[in-house]
Amino acid sequence: MLSFFKKPRFRGGVHAEEHKTATAALPIADNFPLPKKLYIPLQQHVGKPAEPLIMVGEKVLKGQLLAYSQGLISAPVHAPSSGVIVDVNDYPAPHPSALPIRMIVLETDGKDEWVKTQTVDDPFQLNPEEISLRVGAAGIVGLGGATFPTAVKLNMGRENHVDTLIINGSECEPYLCCDDRLMQERAVEIIDGVRLMLHGMTNSSGTNLHLPEGGRAGQPGMKTERAVVAIEDNKPQAYLAMLAAAEPYPTVSVIQIPTRYPMGWDRQLIGYVTGKEVPVGCRSSEVGVTIHNVGTAYAVHKAIRYGQPLLGRVVTVAGGAVKRPMNVEVPFGTLISELFEFCEVDKAQTARIIMGGPMMGDSLPHVGLPTVKATSGILALTQSELKNTDEQPCIRCASCVSVCPAGLRPLDMANNIRINQLDAAVDLGLKDCISCGCCSYICPSNIPLVQYFKYASGEVVARQQAQHKSEQTKRLIDARNARMERIARQQREDELVRIAAKAERERLKAEQEALV
Amino acid sequence: MMAHMKPSSGAHVGANNSVSHIMWQVMLALSPATAFGLLCFGWPALNLFVITVLSAVAFEAFCLRLKGRAAKPVIMDGSAVLTGWLLAMTLPPWAPWWIGVVGSGLAIILGKQVYGGLGQNLFNPAMLARVALLISFPIEMTTWANVSPLFFSHSPGLVESWHITFSGLDNIDAGTGATTLGFIKTEFSQNRLLTDILKDYSGFLSFVGWSRGSLGETSTLLLGLGGIWLIRRNIIQWQIPASLLLTVALLAGFFHAVDSEHYAGPLLHLNSGALMCVAFFIATDYVTSPNTPTGQLVFGAGCGLLIFVIRTWGAYPEGAGFAVLLMNSATPLIDHYIKPRIYGRDRKGKPLEIPKS
Repeated sequence: MLSFFKKPRFRGGVHAEEHKTATAALPIADNFPLPKKLYIPLQQHVGKPAEPLIMVGEKVLKGQLLAYSQGLISAPVHAPSSGVIVDVNDYPAPHPSALPIRMIVLETDGKDEWVKTQTVDDPFQLNPEEISLRVGAAGIVGLGGATFPTAVKLNMGRENHVDTLIINGSECEPYLCCDDRLMQERAVEIIDGVRLMLHGMTNSSGTNLHLPEGGRAGQPGMKTERAVVAIEDNKPQAYLAMLAAAEPYPTVSVIQIPTRYPMGWDRQLIGYVTGKEVPVGCRSSEVGVTIHNVGTAYAVHKAIRYGQPLLGRVVTVAGGAVKRPMNVEVPFGTLISELFEFCEVDKAQTARIIMGGPMMGDSLPHVGLPTVKATSGILALTQSELKNTDEQPCIRCASCVSVCPAGLRPLDMANNIRINQLDAAVDLGLKDCISCGCCSYICPSNIPLVQYFKYASGEVVARQQAQHKSEQTKRLIDARNARMERIARQQREDELVRIAAKAERERLKAEQEALV
Repeated sequence: MMAHMKPSSGAHVGANNSVSHIMWQVMLALSPATAFGLLCFGWPALNLFVITVLSAVAFEAFCLRLKGRAAKPVIMDGSAVLTGWLLAMTLPPWAPWWIGVVGSGLAIILGKQVYGGLGQNLFNPAMLARVALLISFPIEMTTWANVSPLFFSHSPGLVESWHITFSGLDNIDAGTGATTLGFIKTEFSQNRLLTDILKDYSGFLSFVGWSRGSLGETSTLLLGLGGIWLIRRNIIQWQIPASLLLTVALLAGFFHAVDSEHYAGPLLHLNSGALMCVAFFIATDYVTSPNTPTGQLVFGAGCGLLIFVIRTWGAYPEGAGFAVLLMNSATPLIDHYIKPRIYGRDRKGKPLEIPKS
């Protein structure tokens, strides 16, 4: 009974139809033909884009560094295969706008020839700093979709006192099951990656670079004691595989969590696993928790054990218009059109192409866009799978309030945004919205609530910028006016001095003449 | 490359529900109690029910026309039908035709469309109309027909029912009487005691619905079952009905325990008047009730308190309509003060402190 009360509660959320059966039973396809051309964006992560260090025409090997990371929060980009660089230019980004961003175009030679990689015999003998250095150099970012550079997170883990490392295997988005398959097929490698991450978070020197005020400092020798792999209970196979793989290691535990969207929201999961709540404006490491995705753990394993940088990932291709839905391992830069050809997507039936899951994913305008580090899935949905867009008036049923995991009142926010009261919407918590899509999903009136919130957030920023700009302009104008006035005054004074001097001169001259 | 598509934000998939689906489910939950009411009060009740619902739809169409909007898609959402239906359920079953028409007009035009239509109204349209009718036409609104089921020899036939509906009752006293609550109220004023007043009262009959009262409000059993079904279907939440009924029961229980001769017991309260209909179908109206669970508890308790106060000390034997309207006006206030705590913030909206350890 006591444990019933102690059990952390799950707040809000929805249970969407899963649509995972078509792909979850099939092994990850590794026979994807190497594309002729790869379009590799320089920005596939949160932070500054990478800076290219190759020349057009240069021959590169698989795993060779193409662009180095710039600044504290950034990640490098490597060649997913061997070949020749044919272009470094702007191409449409895998984003709803498909606006051009800088990409490296690699023409593959089909040899898939590896660059010389650096392996270690016992990575646990390496310095923890060395682990995060190598993870950073391998271009590893959060593969759950947030694409935050993993090394930065490991550093933060060292600098704060983190007691729990959570590995997110919830994969709560419908349709997606790439993490599920990865856990089923590569459990041992993932657990190894988890242990390497734990090692990388050990504080050996006692430096506290990013210590926030009030945060708990990491002490030399302080360790993250445990890692918890959390898997939703709709993936029993993955759970069993991971449980078996983690069995020899007492520091790594594997638990099942209820299937409910958005369980994979980091803060929801932290709350569920540890009972802690991350204050607004804080990073989870400040309350002693760090969270990584299972795919990231696998990438860490490959980077540390074999020195292989992050070159590709498992992507779920699913949806009603896909004839052969599957999980397929593809190199970054593969065009979605080639992926769709491989999975036999029916173009005529495709009503919407989505990168990511159907709850939070972005709709893409066309298929001439590359897959990137964030691409967990590409969905080709038919009209019947999509939500009805026939918008009706809000009947204040408050379903959106009850499903919101962040505790917001979407209906009131949307009503304020509709009448352009953006400040009121911000007061209601617009900035705390995580765009999880639960409100849009549940709304019986088909109101595109998340669309309202994204629009309003963008508009608020734009207005702030515009205001900032007008203030700046006003300041410049004021400064200019003051300057002009000063110059005019100066000229007037000079003039007066000059006239006075002239008068003086003339007076002296007259005096002299008088004397003469 | 495929053709350009309009960019749209998530969620790209949706739950399989819609406004009209919700409305029809509520009507389905209402139908047993309504059917029973129509059976109990015969053809005149059916006339009134049909007239009220049809005129509600007609007024809705008229208002939409005035706005220059296509009427059909809006009417198909079922909200006007539901408003007319709920209003008809709260009317005296043998009320003349114009009560239904005027009531529907008040509900749809004054109760809903002047605010801007579905979702915009402050007050529950059906209750607004019922209270306006009660104040304006007290005789017609308190003439309660005896139970006179369909196809019984004493009950009015089809032709006679048209007479009742369209030109009124010839001999009011012959086929009518008082409701239980009304009877108690008048007898209390004669200084009679409760045990004496309730000599002929049958709790069972009024639980089933075999008693005088509004068209669809008599059957505690069927309304309760319909309401519980709606809660099970997740159409309404349990907070408002539970807190409303509990508040009435606790207050009635307390006063009955203190003085059982002057205060009716909780079972009689739960079993009579509009209580069940209001608790499950009127107070739970999405538009006019708070949108947080705690707010709904407060709202329900407020309704219950007011119902009990008006019934016990007020001038009217039944106060459900007034209670709901008063609490409707408090809904924006409740929503202003009772809101969910935002993740990572305290109740006042300030970021949480990092726990020290």
